[in-house]
Amino acid sequence: MGLGAEANLGDSIITTKLDEAINWARSYSMWPMAFGTACCGIEFMSVAAAKYDISRFGAEVVRFSPRQADLLIVAGTITYKQAPVLKKIWDQMCEPKWVISMGACACSGGFYDNYTTLQGIDEVIPVDEYISGCPPRPEAVLDAIMNIQKKSYNESIIKDRERNFKGILDA
Amino acid sequence: MLKTDMLIDAKDIKSTISRLKNEEDFTLLLDITAVDYMEYPDVTPSRFAVIYILRTSNFKKQISIKAYVDDNTLEVDSITDLYFAADWGERETFDQYGIRFKGHPNLKRVLNHHQFVGHPLRKDYPVTKGQICTETEDLMDEMIPLLKRKGYTEADMEDLMMLNVGPSHPASHGTIRNFVAMEGETITACVTEVGYLHRGFEKSCETHTYSQIIPYTDRLNYCSAILNNIGYSKAVEDMLGIDITPRAKMIRVIIGELSRITDHIVCNAANMVDLGGLTNFWYIFAPRDKAYDLLSKLTGARLTNSYTRIGGLEFDLYDGFAEDLDAVIKDVEKAIEDSLSLIEHNRIFHDRTQDVGVIKQDFAISAGITGPNLRATGVAFDLRKDAPYYGYENFDFDVVVGSHGDVYDRIMVKFEEMRQSIRIIRQAMKELPDGPLNVDHQGIFLPAKKDVYGNIEGLMNQFKLTFEGIKVPKGEYYGYTEGANGELGFYIVSDGSGTPYKVKCRPPCFYSLGAYARIVEGNMLADAVVTMASMNFIAGEFDR
Repeated sequence: MGLGAEANLGDSIITTKLDEAINWARSYSMWPMAFGTACCGIEFMSVAAAKYDISRFGAEVVRFSPRQADLLIVAGTITYKQAPVLKKIWDQMCEPKWVISMGACACSGGFYDNYTTLQGIDEVIPVDEYISGCPPRPEAVLDAIMNIQKKSYNESIIKDRERNFKGILDA
Repeated sequence: MLKTDMLIDAKDIKSTISRLKNEEDFTLLLDITAVDYMEYPDVTPSRFAVIYILRTSNFKKQISIKAYVDDNTLEVDSITDLYFAADWGERETFDQYGIRFKGHPNLKRVLNHHQFVGHPLRKDYPVTKGQICTETEDLMDEMIPLLKRKGYTEADMEDLMMLNVGPSHPASHGTIRNFVAMEGETITACVTEVGYLHRGFEKSCETHTYSQIIPYTDRLNYCSAILNNIGYSKAVEDMLGIDITPRAKMIRVIIGELSRITDHIVCNAANMVDLGGLTNFWYIFAPRDKAYDLLSKLTGARLTNSYTRIGGLEFDLYDGFAEDLDAVIKDVEKAIEDSLSLIEHNRIFHDRTQDVGVIKQDFAISAGITGPNLRATGVAFDLRKDAPYYGYENFDFDVVVGSHGDVYDRIMVKFEEMRQSIRIIRQAMKELPDGPLNVDHQGIFLPAKKDVYGNIEGLMNQFKLTFEGIKVPKGEYYGYTEGANGELGFYIVSDGSGTPYKVKCRPPCFYSLGAYARIVEGNMLADAVVTMASMNFIAGEFDR
């Protein structure tokens, strides 16, 4: 016998649309893969820590394996040297998957307009949510996660997500 | 005009430096870099010069040595057999300038990727010319000679397991790649590759004015941004020959020490996570967030503060700062207590950290390891005591030293240093002088807004400072402070304009990371992870 709302429901059945049920479950159990390379990674630690507490959104299961994650958070500068690694991680993630580009460097290269920094990760992988700031405040990251939740609500399990993306590392 | 302490012939590099090391006791190699004089206003004997910076074993004296390199050969003698630190120092100089070091065992790129063509810090390399890298290298070109030197034959190598740890690995901060050869659980050989976060700090400095570089320095060691601000600003102020006001000095001490505390908090918290103790992370991270709230009240930013200015500070302390600071310090003290209560008598913690990742004293000196990592080995080197600045000599605090140089010592040294920093902050808050905050010098500091809008001198002054920057007198200077990770130095070359001709940051953990592979060889893989976490490698700093 449960103690929550299900306690009142007894052994009755609730009917709903499959998409609704699955999207509801998915959006509140995002498993982020934190690709933290630099300062934004430190700020991402703050998001995960007690004060901002990412687990209020069900996204506290931070995984470092792309196989176990459905939300890639790129937190930090991506250099040309790092780009193939990022690409590989993105390719290894299973569908459905989303990407948050956190901070100015990941979005556009930031003020590192020079020979070594990739001018935005969307040259390599597709991006769903951009967060501005250098580094963004934790609230901004939570906001992006909420936006991803909204996005994932409109998915359908019978339709694949459209991807016409071609980056500089795609042959 | 500021010059390097010694100018020698390129032929004499090896003999001079070995004399300095053996007879004059310069046992610590701080940094190696080069300068490209192609666009310099003065005539120089040749285009490139190599720079060596050394320090004595009592840490009181440092010396910079310059030698012009022959334009035709671009080759100088390697000093890798004198100092272990020269290995990576010379590799970086080769990578960025294309100067070859004769006799270097493994002269290859260290920061830029292997498909990179050219040498980015040369003046004729355009700053925005990026080069795409399509694949990472396999590092076998380093691993096989390394195993051969250790006495492995081709047949033996068949039995070893080659394992790639990083760059995207929870223990390697997303930026360090270690390629290890393992026998069972034991690492027999390790090759470290860095450069995954090489963001071109030094090249970007050459296209910005002195004041515009302050935000770049924030992002070197992003756990203690203010200490980098202070280090850089102090170097430029020394070049300008100005003395900042007593109040600014004291505030820099206070905020710098707070910054050191947050840095050690991040390092220790992450270290415990790597040991599997997540509770410590929650305990110590909470006060750090409080410290961030204080810093964002004071500077407007949580992490990357850009708080110092050349000649002073951006803002004065706000009303109620002292109470806020007191609350933060009390929280930090409590967090240290809480965290220690979890690990002090914890058998697992002791077994996992004691006698693990031991760094020997003489090796640490040879490898150029400074800061808490060196102090943990028992060497009492702290620039705040040995070459005091900003009145550190007037504070009553202890240099924290370890005895064994293992992971346990490094963690405990950091905990104790937090307490010492708290002591310094408390004394400094009592002594905080009144008076002006910034130097009153129209060529350095922006005029008051009433002057900008009120008279033509103020307007022109603001205009010139904003557009042309602070004119730093021609010369070369090495300025140093005690950063959170060790000696943080800035070697600045000025051509008299408002933009630095060259800035070289001496990142403390670049040299610790160069030594890391030798430290973990012979240990277990799990111990290598803990060792890495305890040495506080900050990617922004070693890759720049």
